Amino acid sequence: MKIMVSMKRVIDYAVKIRVKADKTGVETTNVKMSMNPFCEIALEEALRIKESGGASEVVAVSIGPPKSADTLRTALAMGADRAVHVTTTAPTVYPLTVSKILSALADVEKPGLLILGKQAIDDDCNQTGQMVAGLLRWPQGTFASKVVLDKEKQEVTVEREVDGGLETVCLSLPAVITTDLRLNQPRYATLPNIMKAKSKVIKKVTPEELNVEINTDLEVLQVTEPPKRKAGVILSSVDELIDKLANEARVL
Amino acid sequence: TSGILVCEAGCILENLDSFLENEGFMMPLDLGAKGSCQIGGNVSTNAGGIRLLRYGSLHGNVLGLEVVLANGTVLDMLGTLRKDNTGYSLKHLFIGSEGSLGIITKVSILTPSRLSATNVAFLACEDYLNCQRLLLEAKRTLGEILSAFEFLDNHSMDMVSTHLEGVRNPLSSSLHNFYVLIETTGSNESSDKEKLDTFLMQSMEGGLISDGVVAQDINQASSFWRIREGIAEASMKAGAVYKYDLSFPVKMLYKIVEEIRQRLGNSAKVIGYGHLGDGNLHLNILTDSYDNNDILSKIEPFVYEWTSEHHGSISAEHGLGMMKADKIHYSKSAETVRLMVCLKNMMDPNGIMNPYKVLPSF
Repeated sequence: MKIMVSMKRVIDYAVKIRVKADKTGVETTNVKMSMNPFCEIALEEALRIKESGGASEVVAVSIGPPKSADTLRTALAMGADRAVHVTTTAPTVYPLTVSKILSALADVEKPGLLILGKQAIDDDCNQTGQMVAGLLRWPQGTFASKVVLDKEKQEVTVEREVDGGLETVCLSLPAVITTDLRLNQPRYATLPNIMKAKSKVIKKVTPEELNVEINTDLEVLQVTEPPKRKAGVILSSVDELIDKLANEARVL
Repeated sequence: TSGILVCEAGCILENLDSFLENEGFMMPLDLGAKGSCQIGGNVSTNAGGIRLLRYGSLHGNVLGLEVVLANGTVLDMLGTLRKDNTGYSLKHLFIGSEGSLGIITKVSILTPSRLSATNVAFLACEDYLNCQRLLLEAKRTLGEILSAFEFLDNHSMDMVSTHLEGVRNPLSSSLHNFYVLIETTGSNESSDKEKLDTFLMQSMEGGLISDGVVAQDINQASSFWRIREGIAEASMKAGAVYKYDLSFPVKMLYKIVEEIRQRLGNSAKVIGYGHLGDGNLHLNILTDSYDNNDILSKIEPFVYEWTSEHHGSISAEHGLGMMKADKIHYSKSAETVRLMVCLKNMMDPNGIMNPYKVLPSF
């Protein structure tokens, strides 16, 4: 069985984000970029399944401009067998388009499992996994904190982190899984694997070849910082408090 | 835009670095205590730290100082010029003299550009000889992008993984004798990565390193640094620590660790780590409690005598203070110390500037 893992190149999680002066987005020049942490967890899970005999191959996929290949190289260095880079010229590709591309790729690669991060830390959309599952008409186990594959039954049991606690679902393959933080701790890229990665293939594919049109159906109007927290005010009486709650905060 | 920062002595190092970050610069030094140490103190102790290999010592980076002398004179040497050969360069007297000749009140320091591409690799070497060869190779192959080269022995690694929360050995699959942390800093992410990969591949093929990992994001890089920077903290949790900060020619740096280990046998745990790139060893001897005087007598004066015989420094970056003032002769000749005493007497005749420190009390 093949496992396909999709990953996104984002601003490194530890970087202090700064909004551009023209409010069109955040500062990305000379800023450290890395693989989205949830995608790293997705890849780690795929590698573990392969190592325990559940799968024969792990294919890493990324969509974007040339630099997206960096994350694929990291994936190969962590142990993925091969990679596919869907090249786009647009600087941002939105979840619906990503989902269409991934489902087209899934039709070609025919994986038994498609594992993705639950969301990207730059847009926090949390949409791609769910949309791909919808387009492919595959079952989905999102916010996975535990994944157990039953190869014989061709089923995967996923423990999901939900608001009320944990929910366990059983999905028949092929299925889509999106990973949450507690699923695993990703491995480091070891030197022997970094060296092996040099001979691994990154295949380039265009959206046209997959019959997917890049639609910018979303337009970013403005990006601003959240309002600065205002200082607290010490009040002199309960009457003043009631007055402020009624007239300023408008909660009474 | 010139990269020259002028500030008062009480500014905390980390705050200065954050301020400079917004302007695209950085402080030329970095140490574990950056969250609380003040720049005036850093300069008066000539603090070293983990970036000395790349940016040099404060003697090179400090352009000027404002100092208050023992007689109350405020000496304004706060120049911001890169080059100024007019008269004796007195600022050097105050850098590293631990406040015994004057109090630093303002600092003018040259700050390097903050480059965006950092890479950290954590490697394993089978023996100390390979650590040395690796250093040589790193300087040759990584050249101008090398920004830190630290080492720790397996005893240090044991200590940190046992006593610190959340710290794990990234190379835990097999036992290794020595670990080296290499950091590169440059302006071009992809070419730096390529240089590092080439260096690592060559080192692996040449048998210099037996295993290693490369950080894929800032979090992983921080976790590698946590291992190296956490050794001092972990040592304190182990019980009683005897600490020595020595510098030697790189070739014999680890020999003293082995000698002390042999001398003390099972009575103490001996760990060695430090700024290998600068030839600076931190030697820590750990026991259960400080009550055992027997241990101390086995360590001192042996460690100082050994250092002196091998032409090393008994205090590479930590200074002399009060504890080592009378040990200065192990690393400086009698004539040199005499001239120091002359200077001290001339500048501070009443002995009010940090008395009993740096120089032996006569």
